[in-house]
Amino acid sequence: MTTVQEHAPNPAAGDPGRPIGFGRLQRKEDPRFVRGKGNYLDDIVLPGMLHGAILRAPVAHARLVSIDTTEALAHPKVLAVITGKDLQALNLAWAPTLSADVQAVLVTDKVRFQGQEVAFVVAEDRYAARDALELIDVEYDMLPPVIDARRALDPGAPVIRDDIEGRTDNRIFDWEIGDAAETEAVFAAADVVVAQEVVYPRVHPAPMETCGAVADFDPVDGRLTLYETTQAPHAHRTLYAIVAGIPEHKIRIASPDIGGGFGNKVGIYPGYVLAVVGSIVTGKPVKWVEDRSENLMSTSFARDYIMQGEIAATKDGKILAVRTSVLADHGAFNATAQPTKTPAGFFSIFTGSYDLKAAYCKVTGVYTNKAPGGVAYACSFRVTEAVYLVERMVDILARKLEMDPAELRLKNFIKPEQFPYANKTGWVYDSGNYEPAMRLSMKMAGYEDLRREQLEKRERGELMGIGVSFFTETVGAGPRKHFDIVGLGMADGAELRVHPTGKAVVRISVQSQGQGHETTFAQIVAEELGIPPESIDVVHGDTDQTPFGLGTYGSRSTPVSGGAVALVARKVRDKARFIAAAMLETRPEDLEWEKGRWFVKGDPSAGKTIAEIAFGAHGTVALPEGIDGNLDAEVTYDPPNLTFPFGAYICVVDVDAGTGHVKVRRFIAVDDCGTRINPMIIEGQVHGGLTDGVGMALMEIIAFDEEGNCLSGSFMDYLIPTAMEVPDWETGFTVTPSPHHPIGAKGIGESATVGSPPAIVNAIVDALMPYGVTHMDMPCTPARVWEAMQGRARPPV
Amino acid sequence: MSGPKGWTMQIPAPFDYERASDVANALTLLERHGPESRIIAGGHSLLPMMKLRLARPEWLIDINDLAELEFIRREGDQLRVGALTRHTALLESADVAELFPIIRDAEQVIADPVVRNRGTIGGSLCQADPAEDLSTVCDVLRAQAVIRGPDGERIVAMSDFHRGPYETAVAQNELLYEVRFTIRPRSGSAYEKVERRVGDWAVVAAGAAVGLSADGTVEETAIGLTAVGLDGTVPEAEAVLRGQQPREDLFVEAARIAAAACHPVDDQRGPVDYKRHLADELTRRVLRRACARAAGAKEG
Repeated sequence: MTTVQEHAPNPAAGDPGRPIGFGRLQRKEDPRFVRGKGNYLDDIVLPGMLHGAILRAPVAHARLVSIDTTEALAHPKVLAVITGKDLQALNLAWAPTLSADVQAVLVTDKVRFQGQEVAFVVAEDRYAARDALELIDVEYDMLPPVIDARRALDPGAPVIRDDIEGRTDNRIFDWEIGDAAETEAVFAAADVVVAQEVVYPRVHPAPMETCGAVADFDPVDGRLTLYETTQAPHAHRTLYAIVAGIPEHKIRIASPDIGGGFGNKVGIYPGYVLAVVGSIVTGKPVKWVEDRSENLMSTSFARDYIMQGEIAATKDGKILAVRTSVLADHGAFNATAQPTKTPAGFFSIFTGSYDLKAAYCKVTGVYTNKAPGGVAYACSFRVTEAVYLVERMVDILARKLEMDPAELRLKNFIKPEQFPYANKTGWVYDSGNYEPAMRLSMKMAGYEDLRREQLEKRERGELMGIGVSFFTETVGAGPRKHFDIVGLGMADGAELRVHPTGKAVVRISVQSQGQGHETTFAQIVAEELGIPPESIDVVHGDTDQTPFGLGTYGSRSTPVSGGAVALVARKVRDKARFIAAAMLETRPEDLEWEKGRWFVKGDPSAGKTIAEIAFGAHGTVALPEGIDGNLDAEVTYDPPNLTFPFGAYICVVDVDAGTGHVKVRRFIAVDDCGTRINPMIIEGQVHGGLTDGVGMALMEIIAFDEEGNCLSGSFMDYLIPTAMEVPDWETGFTVTPSPHHPIGAKGIGESATVGSPPAIVNAIVDALMPYGVTHMDMPCTPARVWEAMQGRARPPV
Repeated sequence: MSGPKGWTMQIPAPFDYERASDVANALTLLERHGPESRIIAGGHSLLPMMKLRLARPEWLIDINDLAELEFIRREGDQLRVGALTRHTALLESADVAELFPIIRDAEQVIADPVVRNRGTIGGSLCQADPAEDLSTVCDVLRAQAVIRGPDGERIVAMSDFHRGPYETAVAQNELLYEVRFTIRPRSGSAYEKVERRVGDWAVVAAGAAVGLSADGTVEETAIGLTAVGLDGTVPEAEAVLRGQQPREDLFVEAARIAAAACHPVDDQRGPVDYKRHLADELTRRVLRRACARAAGAKEG
């Protein structure tokens, strides 16, 4: 790891290793993780707990003829076998998705993707539950599957969703944004137009921990305790209340330590619902935990966009317009988890970091016989696809114009004085200063030297590539008036309580899946109140313990909950001023704040620390009118706008001309996420996202054969990168605070995942220039790179 | 090897387990439990197959306690390697690195350190996966397999050991005891693999061994390929080199013949033409390296 521009030591800390507030601080949660003392879903064991297992469909499209559960029920350790028919009786066979569709919890009429849930066995142990699955006899009547999204709208294609009345084809939606006529006019008048089909294949979040639930329904008081691998406990509780009819105050959702989410743990999966039904039916707690294969084959995938891109420019390299038409494969149910009122999420940010005259896009969503989902995986609700498209198109344009790709970008950036910048598809970018980030990345890379080295290598027949990408992220949803999940506005709450001895607890509505919330949010409180982060506990993940809020995804924890926590701390600080004034027998307006204490203006020795004030609040001092005897506060934060982090990435690859094998030699990542709370955590997030990017660029794809068999149902075939595939990350940063965020922070969670794939693919295509290659689609496996070198590059789907 | 198509479980079917105390006891247990019993060593092939319920042995006979099977010994003109020798031990052996660099080449690209710490040479050979690296290595080194059974010990040449994918000369009631490699003077060997990711099975791999005569001409050579449906080595390609001074045009011709002799199949790792191209490219590379190593090797 190489980092330039080390974060300045925190003056309040004394010891730069232990900042009171922002700065490099080791994660508070790590001691329990590195000692194996984390508490994950599968660690939960309740008295009398039973185990559930799901029978899944072996085929992609088939009518269900019959299910015979007699033998399974006869298994000595089996307590219940639940089928779609049983759920129909409870009105639970179908559940609403997060995109105004419905999804089968268990198959009632027909199987719509391989791996779909068919029956649920509850047994005394998880082995017996699996053994009993083999005793269930299911008869299927095979139907032709729709696998290729490009054929989904063919006349005569089998209609997948015949459960929806009146449906005669597989079209989910057609959606457009931007001014088509204006864009057409700009294209018609442009000197140069290039077009390219760009495919972002189906990939999977593949968190280390698979999904699971432990449901504990108390038949006496009707209370449901549900431990779940969820990134959004509060939203889940409301949804269970609405769907299952259990009163919301009788539901407790507790999300324990989460072993990675990446969007995979946003939605409600049939397995969770089945664990609840299993507990209600048996009267005992029921645990259900997925196998790896179940996770890869049935839970939320990501991407699967076939994009026809076009870019128009003047001959001297002024980019004028971008236009795209997208075919989106949503699988068998439209279960996309995203908060916008449009069906393509944030994809309309495909205008990127450039000042355009016009932009237009059209997206058509289709059903296929594949697993549902569609937005998961560190994608910022499809910013990933948008950035990949525009950054590939800009590179293709650079090749056409014979311009350096970095120079072309520099020439077209939105200028600092243009912010807040309204783009052509309705977004208002909060702040940005793109050129310094780009220049810094080029300086770190030694860009000119790299280009010289490349020329020398080309003369010797060696393939070296340099890839550039520049991205603008769109994160931190709300505001609530624009963004919601099934009507729940995207705001987040925070509650702060300072105990009499000055130790504090802050309760938040977002849930960590590894992001380091217990450290970051303690540091925000520490920065605002001047008490050490070690003295502040962060409570999260349990609906009985925390205020309402929408959860962690779309890089929204710092932009939204971070704002809430800063504001609640300021509320406490303001209250502390009144109490301090009472204690010092002076007026609040005569007090001045320095980190950690209120003191009398002009007399710094007369002051009270937060700990003293907390004791005073709970003590015997006479408090002013209207001030309660505590040092607590709560807020719900509704952000006024999204935040727009950005970054400049440069990748250097070497390609083995004999085998097509790609080695990522260097990767330079300059990120600007506004105010930096804990640079170590930021770097960790960036390292993880860059590694994700290498995976997607080089090896990851959820592939299917023509019959709809999933070919990527284990880690033998769904490859994720190891330390051996990634270089020593070189990270740098600039700081352009968000003007509207309480502490100016923008969020960093998904930046690297969004920004890195185009840099890597651009580098590979650049390396293959001697072979006349102008584009190839991911994953850039050795075989696919070799095919591109033979002039036979082909889309992965 | 690829994972299964479509959905399968990842928890094994019921089975029983016994731990052998010595080789004789392992053979007795195999006899007692019959055809539904399987030897387990490192377990890195068998256990995944059991979890996917692709293999359903009723009995597992664990030989991990049999220290007598874990050795690397140089004796006369032979290097003797016990069947329970872990990949890591092969990778770290100075004798192996000096005498048979192809083994070290291959071990560096077999799976990852965690697997190499458990996985064994005997397990690799007996699993006989078509994409298994050590099978090719042993073919190319013309190794001998020492097999123990109820009737005693027998020695089988590698060419007779492999009986096709997942099948070997080791009968149900027998145990692979040892692998023997013949040490030759002025010899060199090399292995190279292309994989989609470290730890993945080979897209294609190639191995070569050469022994030079005193005047530097090729006296003995062997060429093998992994994961492309080739049984044993490629005599026609080897004939091109035999009796000749090593030369690039001969490597090219031998590689062309080797690539034509294999039978790759189209899969997620690549199409047939790419794999054939790799067979050609990698054969050239390993021949160059093996000859260079032989030229630099000790006189023996």
